[in-house]
Amino acid sequence: MQIESTTPANAEPDIIHMRWTQHRRIVRRRSWTVALLALLALVAALIDLFSGSAALSPLQVVHGLWSPDSLTVPMQVVLWQVRLPVAIMAMLVGGALALAGAEMQTILNNPLAEPFTLGVSSSAALGAALAIVLDWGLIGSSAAWLVPANAFVFALVSLMLLQFLAQWRGAQAQTLVLFGIAIGFSAHALLSLLQFMASEEALQQLVFWSMGSLARADWHSVSILAAVLAVTLPFSWRASSQLTALRLGEERARSFGINVTTLRHWALVRISLLAATAVAFVGTVGFVGLVAPHVARMIVGDGHRHLLPASVLIGAALVGLASVASKTLIPGITVPIGIVTALVGLPVFMALILRRSRGQI
Amino acid sequence: MSAAPILRIEQLRVRYRQREVLSGVDLGCIRPGELIALVGPNAAGKSTLLKAIAGLVPATGHIRYGDDDWSGWPVGKRVEHIGFMPQSTPESSNLSVLEATLVALRCTRLGARQSDELEALRTIEHLGIGELALRPLHELSGGQRQLAALAQAVVRDSPILLLDEPVSALDLAHQWQVMHVARRLADESRIVIVVLHDLALAAQWADRIAILHQRKIHSLGKPNDTITDQTLAQVWGVQARVRVCEQGRPFVLVDSIASPAAP
Repeated sequence: MQIESTTPANAEPDIIHMRWTQHRRIVRRRSWTVALLALLALVAALIDLFSGSAALSPLQVVHGLWSPDSLTVPMQVVLWQVRLPVAIMAMLVGGALALAGAEMQTILNNPLAEPFTLGVSSSAALGAALAIVLDWGLIGSSAAWLVPANAFVFALVSLMLLQFLAQWRGAQAQTLVLFGIAIGFSAHALLSLLQFMASEEALQQLVFWSMGSLARADWHSVSILAAVLAVTLPFSWRASSQLTALRLGEERARSFGINVTTLRHWALVRISLLAATAVAFVGTVGFVGLVAPHVARMIVGDGHRHLLPASVLIGAALVGLASVASKTLIPGITVPIGIVTALVGLPVFMALILRRSRGQI
Repeated sequence: MSAAPILRIEQLRVRYRQREVLSGVDLGCIRPGELIALVGPNAAGKSTLLKAIAGLVPATGHIRYGDDDWSGWPVGKRVEHIGFMPQSTPESSNLSVLEATLVALRCTRLGARQSDELEALRTIEHLGIGELALRPLHELSGGQRQLAALAQAVVRDSPILLLDEPVSALDLAHQWQVMHVARRLADESRIVIVVLHDLALAAQWADRIAILHQRKIHSLGKPNDTITDQTLAQVWGVQARVRVCEQGRPFVLVDSIASPAAP
């Protein structure tokens, strides 16, 4: 823009250059923060690997990772078939849910949105309940995969239904949130009906599934979730400028030439895949998708080029540390991770609501 | 910047569901260098008209820009010609003023990062809010956010600027500053259409005033021809005296409400 300056001509370049330098310093600081968060997530994963009931010292773990033959066969199994898949799954689940939460909060312009507050967990639990109680699956999957496959399909269908409702007569962000809540309540009502009909054994299995547990992690589930995250992350990254523009309001984003409907559509597709895959393998791990993006926003701001990776890394670190807590809270027992994240998440959730009521978020 | 072509707006109609919001609006030819003030009572369709020109709401009728017929053009195709400032400003974003301005700049083109950042900073500085450049939007007052929003609209150097109530939350000095910038932008061969409620500002800065009433143009012309006692009574339903200041521009003194303005 070339308009008349209100500052002296000779002073202007210095002022502009000074502000530009300050801006670049802020951007560099944010990039370093993201790098530090990556380190934090890695440290959380290492602590997760070191913790557990089996007598494996941190040194043995490091040796065992480098050369598996240095461990006895039972310890190799503990490290490679239990601890490592669980630690990696914790990182992946945290990263996937945080990414889904960050995108969801932006496209719905709602700081309290995350996949689980919009009915994904209830829908996934309904799918799991159909498999556990009635032994009924939507797709022809083997017995071992019946529960996760059903949970995946139901979670995906619930978000796709949300997607359909979004496009139906061009529903606005607030309407979408209400649709999500309605889907969640409907799924929950059907789930209650199945619980009412279920045998004692099936009910116990269903309750345990709903609590969210990393103990179910194996290399198959780890590789599937890793693949989903690897596929969605570059697309999220590519949409980061447009997502940032959406933080300035839908009308403004559209005036910049952004097709908000398409942006929202593809973001919901990514969110569906991430949340449905995560919930299928570990059950309900609430609050991570809500809390991690908020913490990230406080640290690196609203620019999605920093916000998205920071959310992923904070989510990974949070679930990694929650996994450690789940193994160490009660000696000899692994508390389901969903309980740990909910316990930590509830006070954070309340703090966010209070901050919101004061107009800070 | 090369001279902008003429913008021609004829018989523009907008419907929301079953309700007609604009019924055949004619603004005729708007030439580069012109500043048009769009005034009218609340709910007359002023914001809708700006959005229809920008392609943000579906409209029928004719919008021609030079040789291009914009009918049916999506907003994405018009965006390179139009800088749009909506009425609402975001309150909760913690993007800085500079980051928000950069978003506007880099959504449509990807220049070198440094040159874009310097250009955005220059725009912010010229709007007199340089000291706010690195402050987050949620920390700013309503008026400061409006100036930040103006920076996002003008940073792309578009030949057409559509500003929806850009001075509604500003004090007198900032109102003058924004209108001064709008005038300068028009004088540099841009087309500037500004929605205003303040008739004195409209009369002071605009080349022509378009009065929207009952979903169509009631009158369009020079300030002295459009701002009359009769128009004020017909459109706003007020008993008012129109006087002319030393510079020859009209100003309005409202005495009473003559009759309820028609919806």
